[in-house]
Amino acid sequence: MKPKLRAALDEILGLFVDDGSLASFAAVLILLIAGAVKILDIPPLWGGLALLVGLVAILIESLARATRTGKKR
Amino acid sequence: MTGLTPLLSALLPSFLASLVEMVEAFTIVLAVGLTQGWRPALAGTVLGLIALGVLVLVLAPVLDLVPLELLQFIIGALLILFGLRWLRKAILRAAGHLPLRDERIAFAKETDALRRHAHSQRASYLAGLAAFNAVLLEGLEVVFIVLAVGLGHGLIAYASLGAAAAFVVVLIIGIAVHRPLAKVPENGLKFVVGLMLTSFGVFWTGEGLGVDWPGADLSLLGILLVFAAVSIGAVVYLRPSRKAQLRVVK
Repeated sequence: MKPKLRAALDEILGLFVDDGSLASFAAVLILLIAGAVKILDIPPLWGGLALLVGLVAILIESLARATRTGKKR
Repeated sequence: MTGLTPLLSALLPSFLASLVEMVEAFTIVLAVGLTQGWRPALAGTVLGLIALGVLVLVLAPVLDLVPLELLQFIIGALLILFGLRWLRKAILRAAGHLPLRDERIAFAKETDALRRHAHSQRASYLAGLAAFNAVLLEGLEVVFIVLAVGLGHGLIAYASLGAAAAFVVVLIIGIAVHRPLAKVPENGLKFVVGLMLTSFGVFWTGEGLGVDWPGADLSLLGILLVFAAVSIGAVVYLRPSRKAQLRVVK
């Protein structure tokens, strides 16, 4: 039963995580911005813009890493 | 939200995303049906759909209890993770760094695997299980997308309609052609859906944090254009140059 449960959990996690670093960076960015807006009282619009810019940067970094790894192979 | 907004923000992404997932599930169910008979294929499919229905019935009331702002934040964050995953893969495929998914190859692999178990006593059970898994796993993504694009703004009916339309389209075409739907431009669809889901994710996470987006819903288009420009630019930049291709050929 345990391996089946593990497989099911892996499948659910796999819905959101493909490149682990991409998912981790995005999650950390979202939490940092949420903390900055809710705790440090940064204007929410700034938070929204930082989220957009940050995610674009994270996507570009992930793509660059994937193509570098591909070329090494 | 009136007029075109429900269509563009709930029905369309739900339809396109569900189309991709249902084509993938259809390939497996078809492989099961053609190699082991339609009984296990249909039994697995029906059981998979029932399991998904139960999941929705359990999840919907729980999600209703979550305050709207928190729900938008959580769903927005999950949409960002889900959308970025699709977008990244679609960009790498479009740029030629990952192979494109080919439904004919997926069909051949599944058929091979099923034929290897054809003489086993459990052949029917394994075939039904393959259909059940395909419907449940691909359907899980459909359920998430329907809930994610529908719940944030109370557009669940539109999102469900999009998914139902995709189901009907795949079923009708599938029954008509009776082979894997290899001509569906899956990567193009994933590219568009990845862009939409990531943009909705940013928009809703922002709303959950109290962002008053300039231009209200219209800013969603601005966010989408930013991601589209970056993604298309990435495909062009990452595509191997003609010189490099010639060098490989030589």
